[in-house]
Amino acid sequence: MDLELLSRIQFAVTIGFHYLFPPLSIGLGLFLVIMEGTYLKTGNPLYHQMTRFWVKIFGLIFALGVASGIVMEFQFGMNWATYSRFVGDVFGSALAAEGIFAFFLESGFLAILLFGWDKVKPRTHFISTIAVALGAHFSAIWIVVANSWQQTPAGFHIVEHATGARAEIVDFWAVVFNPSFLDRISHVYMGAWQAAAFFVLSVSAWFILRNKHLEMAQASMKIAIVIACFASILQLVTGHASSVTLGSTQPAKLAAFEGHYPQNEPAGLYLIGWVNEDSETTTGVQIPGLMSYLVYGDSSMPVTGLKSFPLEDRPPVNIVFQSFHLMVAIGFLLILISLAGLVAFLRGRLFNTRWLLWTFVFAVLLPQAANQLGWLSAEVGRQPWIVYGLLRTSDALSKSVDASQVVGSLLLFGVIYLLLFTLFIFLLNEKIQNGPELQRSDVEVSQS
Amino acid sequence: MNITFDLNTVWFVLVGILFTGYAILDGFDLGVGSLHLLAKTDRERRLMLNSIGPVWDGNEVWLVTGGGALFAAFPEAYATAFSGFYMAMMLLLVGLIFRAVAIEFRSKQPMAWWRKLWDISFSVSSMLSGLLIGVALGNLALGVPLDKHYEFAGSFWGLLHPYALLVGITGLALFAMHGAIYIVMKTEGEFQDRARTWVNPTILAFLTCYAITTLVTLFFVPQMLDNLWAAPAMFAFPVLSLLVILNIPREIHRGRLFLAFLSSCLAMAGLLATFGAGVYPNLIVSNPDAANSLTIYNAASSDKTLGIMLLIAILGIPIVIAYTISIYWVFRGKVKLDETSY
Repeated sequence: MDLELLSRIQFAVTIGFHYLFPPLSIGLGLFLVIMEGTYLKTGNPLYHQMTRFWVKIFGLIFALGVASGIVMEFQFGMNWATYSRFVGDVFGSALAAEGIFAFFLESGFLAILLFGWDKVKPRTHFISTIAVALGAHFSAIWIVVANSWQQTPAGFHIVEHATGARAEIVDFWAVVFNPSFLDRISHVYMGAWQAAAFFVLSVSAWFILRNKHLEMAQASMKIAIVIACFASILQLVTGHASSVTLGSTQPAKLAAFEGHYPQNEPAGLYLIGWVNEDSETTTGVQIPGLMSYLVYGDSSMPVTGLKSFPLEDRPPVNIVFQSFHLMVAIGFLLILISLAGLVAFLRGRLFNTRWLLWTFVFAVLLPQAANQLGWLSAEVGRQPWIVYGLLRTSDALSKSVDASQVVGSLLLFGVIYLLLFTLFIFLLNEKIQNGPELQRSDVEVSQS
Repeated sequence: MNITFDLNTVWFVLVGILFTGYAILDGFDLGVGSLHLLAKTDRERRLMLNSIGPVWDGNEVWLVTGGGALFAAFPEAYATAFSGFYMAMMLLLVGLIFRAVAIEFRSKQPMAWWRKLWDISFSVSSMLSGLLIGVALGNLALGVPLDKHYEFAGSFWGLLHPYALLVGITGLALFAMHGAIYIVMKTEGEFQDRARTWVNPTILAFLTCYAITTLVTLFFVPQMLDNLWAAPAMFAFPVLSLLVILNIPREIHRGRLFLAFLSSCLAMAGLLATFGAGVYPNLIVSNPDAANSLTIYNAASSDKTLGIMLLIAILGIPIVIAYTISIYWVFRGKVKLDETSY
């Protein structure tokens, strides 16, 4: 395999693994603020117990996020040195701002969140919880600024430098508020809130089905069902806004989402389909004109098709098509599930509708899948560009790294991540099974 | 040497401060990790872990932010170093990953084999990370081969030069001493007495390494002194380093643990300042062809970006320092085990 493909696979593996954790810590951060805030307001010990239970889970998730996150920062330089030289002036600033404004906040106050229960006043602890939640949300801002800039570059000019051309900042705020930033950050936030809401739903539903920790599980579920509904419905809005922006900023990606080849015809929306990239056709069940309508508000408006782009400027179409459609399908499913939960709750039947509770138990996988698929369609859809329209992925690699080194690091990451993932699931399961009681394995240990 | 207080120099100092913050703060985490297996009972090992438990990941953020600042201010140096030292960077990542998860996983299961496995993992990964950081500094002092496109032209094995390894071992000894003092400061009773016996051997080990490294540098890497000869006022850095280093055994002898620890922190700052003064204005010295060196000028981002970043740093860093100090204040005093401990 060649260096480019190997480096891309390694990036996909490492970011895919990492991205299992940050959405949960962002979303759970919100939950912790709500739970602890409710405790401080009502003084009800149930919410204290609840907060402490979810904080323990949060700690484990956060640790995996930290361990897998540092890889990301190293990897830009390790595998994508030419890219780093090209974007450093712009992208590096966002990354450094993330460290200063987000990571310090998050990791610093995490100490008090996890270990400071008896060391500070309840109010100070609550402020620390808010700081951690804010830090988690801020960290998403800066990395999404960096990513969005790669998708829709703005506020820069190209300057010849000793090692080649590079992008330099002209207008900082134009870089930050590049055309796709607001759509993308809100889409990421809602995805994170969904991930956490369905995670809380899953664990709580499991407790209710097992008839354990009922009071805490039901109270947690109430909060989660509201956030799940809110985030799932809003996710439809942010997703729609993202697609509309694509129409003007990344037309090749938009065309790939729907496998739309004709140069200048209205485009429909496939419910299900398959793209044949050789014959440049897409077959499936389609609602004619719907994409034109969604993007331009007029079902007869032509949408730029893939044939308008030379072959070397087109992304891989079918994989983008499939991951996008699967993500959208999951998005609708999540709306359905959370609305079903809300209706059952309003009718007072939520906690004894067993099929719904079982659905919640397994639905935890859905937002995770949708988050991964969403990034897959966004990133593969940007190909063959690493910075859209400016730098090709094939020109962005490290010149002093060869394929054999990447094979080595990829295998190493593969083995380590498999090990970490297995242990994570094992320990997470145990923490959940232990429930909100003090975890004996942490307290009493045999003197060896 | 001409020091011009331009943005590039300011960022050279700022990136240096971030990495120094990392060395001082994560330094004691890595030191505690390196000494971890010397603690015998499960309780003692948990005391070791929990002495750094609340703060280690905040400490690691100094590295993440330092790396981000290097990327932003000197992207050419970031790109050349991280891609050129590919294998070494992989090893450092593996070290940092296992250090992180070992702390998190170790006390989650009661089985003896489980705890032993993560104890070893914690200790080995801490030592590996500490060693690699030192080896990296050694290579930066010595210079590495760069081609005319500023790309690394050497090999992984070339980075394991005896001088670089010597600096690596010195770094490891420094972290171990730093960690030993920290542990004694954070514990009490019987375990503190045991931990106290680690302090003098690690001080001795560091002083020996420090003396050898200094002598070897004087004779074999004399270019590290060129800047100092040109601006003799900068000899203050190595001289002050020496004074605070010698002050460490003195404070230990008098039982003033916090002052000993503070001296150890200042020693790190002094040594890194000496290093910075020695390499300025280079970021990555090219050896043998010095013309290909990456400096704070040919590796830098545009002045506009450096200016924006400076504003971000001026806004952000004081706030970070203020709440970091408050958080350390909350966790002051001797470490106790409770139900939230690792």
